[in-house]
Amino acid sequence: MSRIAQTFTALREQGRKAVIPYIVAGDPLADITVDLMLSLVAAGADIIELGVPFSDPMSEGPVIQRGHERALEKGVRLRTVIETVAAFRKHNATTPVLLMGYANPVEHMGYEAFADRAHEAGVDALLTVDVPPEEVAGLNSALRRVGMDNIFLIAPTTPAARMDLIASEASGFIYYVSLKGVTGAGHLDQASVAEQVSEIRTHSDLPVCVGFGIKDGPSAAAVARVADGVVIGSALVQRLADVAQEGGDAMAIRDAAAALVGEIRQHVDGVTGSA
Amino acid sequence: MTSDSNPLRYANQPDAEGRFGPYGGRFVAETLMSALADLESMYRRLSQDADFQREFDEDLANYVGRPSPLYEARRWSDEIGGARIFLKREDLNHTGAHKVNNTVGQALLAKHMGKPRVIAETGAGQHGVATATIAARLGLECHVFMGADDVQRQSLNVYRMKLLGATVVPVTAGSATLKDAMNEAMRDWVTNVDDTFYIIGTVAGPHPYPMLVRDFQCVIGREARAQCLERNGRLPDALVACVGGGSNAIGLFHPFLNDESVAMYGVEAGGLGVETGQHAAPLSAGTPGVLHGNRTYLMQDEDGQIIHTHSVSAGLDYPGVGPEHSWLKDIGRVNYVAANDDEALEAFHTLTRVEGIMPALESAHALAYAQKLAATMSPEQHIVVNLSGRGDKDILTVAALEGIEV
Repeated sequence: MSRIAQTFTALREQGRKAVIPYIVAGDPLADITVDLMLSLVAAGADIIELGVPFSDPMSEGPVIQRGHERALEKGVRLRTVIETVAAFRKHNATTPVLLMGYANPVEHMGYEAFADRAHEAGVDALLTVDVPPEEVAGLNSALRRVGMDNIFLIAPTTPAARMDLIASEASGFIYYVSLKGVTGAGHLDQASVAEQVSEIRTHSDLPVCVGFGIKDGPSAAAVARVADGVVIGSALVQRLADVAQEGGDAMAIRDAAAALVGEIRQHVDGVTGSA
Repeated sequence: MTSDSNPLRYANQPDAEGRFGPYGGRFVAETLMSALADLESMYRRLSQDADFQREFDEDLANYVGRPSPLYEARRWSDEIGGARIFLKREDLNHTGAHKVNNTVGQALLAKHMGKPRVIAETGAGQHGVATATIAARLGLECHVFMGADDVQRQSLNVYRMKLLGATVVPVTAGSATLKDAMNEAMRDWVTNVDDTFYIIGTVAGPHPYPMLVRDFQCVIGREARAQCLERNGRLPDALVACVGGGSNAIGLFHPFLNDESVAMYGVEAGGLGVETGQHAAPLSAGTPGVLHGNRTYLMQDEDGQIIHTHSVSAGLDYPGVGPEHSWLKDIGRVNYVAANDDEALEAFHTLTRVEGIMPALESAHALAYAQKLAATMSPEQHIVVNLSGRGDKDILTVAALEGIEV
């Protein structure tokens, strides 16, 4: 069983929901990422989503765009992100790590080479924002060969018929994008999220996690009532960038990350009454 | 090669998944996939609909001013002393370039799909102006995304768009040029997908855009082919067009693809020289990858990051190219070459002085290559060059490059 499947099985047995923080690798400091990941885990993260910086992050709002730009300026690339995960694995063998990014760096490395190198480093899954199921055949066969999961997005605009297609290619969990827009935009509509998550469950047995629009403990708790996990991205990336901007050192950045993820953990566990 | 002589080979591209060989496809976020499917099914229905075609043809005739003339550049041809050169005069279209053929078509699609708002990306501003123009005519709300650097460089076109009632949104992200404007237009579309139609300006982007933009631009080649047969009683020996995203080139080339005797040359922006790395010539010096919704040749580094481009012409300053061109390159049907900044500038001056026609800097790349090609050919041979736009918009750029204050 994959680390992601094990994680959701354990959470389900405990009656808990997954907390999934997103950070951009190499942001806000070039060499902070391994320590930051460890702080996130200590603060209650169940899965870590690590953004792979790209020159043209078309689905990101301004907050995460700037995170990508900062990381690229520091020389962070797909191959260095993979090395970062390998370094994290020396300290942590159990927390799943998901790489989130865009098709081209993976294409350029080559699907098979990426799968080999990422798997060897201890990467558990890949989410490529711009590779829908229609385009995923080659990539998925490489990922399956090494036992990595491919996480797919389902959007508010996804018709029911497409959900079956996505479910047939997805593994690990399904990532429901709670709003039409880029990362960090707008406010999520709780009623529509509940409706869509229950629709997705009629098409797939995979856990369903929700992201885009979760800003704090209360918005995470609202989503955790209906989903198997919550993703917190832009709010965290912004918080860390602010601390760095104000001159905060690595410890201050790690503390800020732990504080926000800790708050989310508490609210999410409050929903399920098991903390 | 038997498959090459199959007349359906080119007409049947792309396949049902939007692929031209290994290129093209739909590499976009899930939120847009159903919008692309809706657009494709609407387009497939309307492209077979006689009323829609009549409406499009009438707009091209009475609003754009088609057919555009095929003009023989006699003095210029005589000076070169080689092949006879004919110019397909897209510069005489309303708004001054070939771009309007496509915006007229896509705006009609928007109208049929009931979308009250259109968005567009623009580099030099020609596609933005063409979109703002057609939006004004149809009463559609219009937002144009433009790199902040280009907003500075092309202030005249920015003002034109504002006069036409469009909102121009400067994009400061990334390199603040055309590719970043396209990123931002995609972000807007993801957010406003219910009421917004994205009018992409070139034969790139996710399927069905490369197909439908090509189809709307093919009027160029259909007219040119008929004009050659009527005037000269035969087909030309060569076609030359500049290639940024590649919409004017595909529009000229496509109706000739099955004419095996017709050689084709797509001219990319060589910038300071392809060997310097300071250029915008992905077909000449790039490698395949995925950007802006399709797989195609790109300018990228060893980690798959998109790299900065350079061209004197803002309209060619783009790191990708339409996927059909990538396929035509690989199968060898079209030759892709490059013309440098200084060659394009020289051609800009030459045509202006010898023929009294001031070409856009984009089109001047095609002219620069055509001049070299013509010199290797005989006066019995004919070349058609797509004069894709007029040069009024570039006067300040040319003056600044030459240290002249206007």
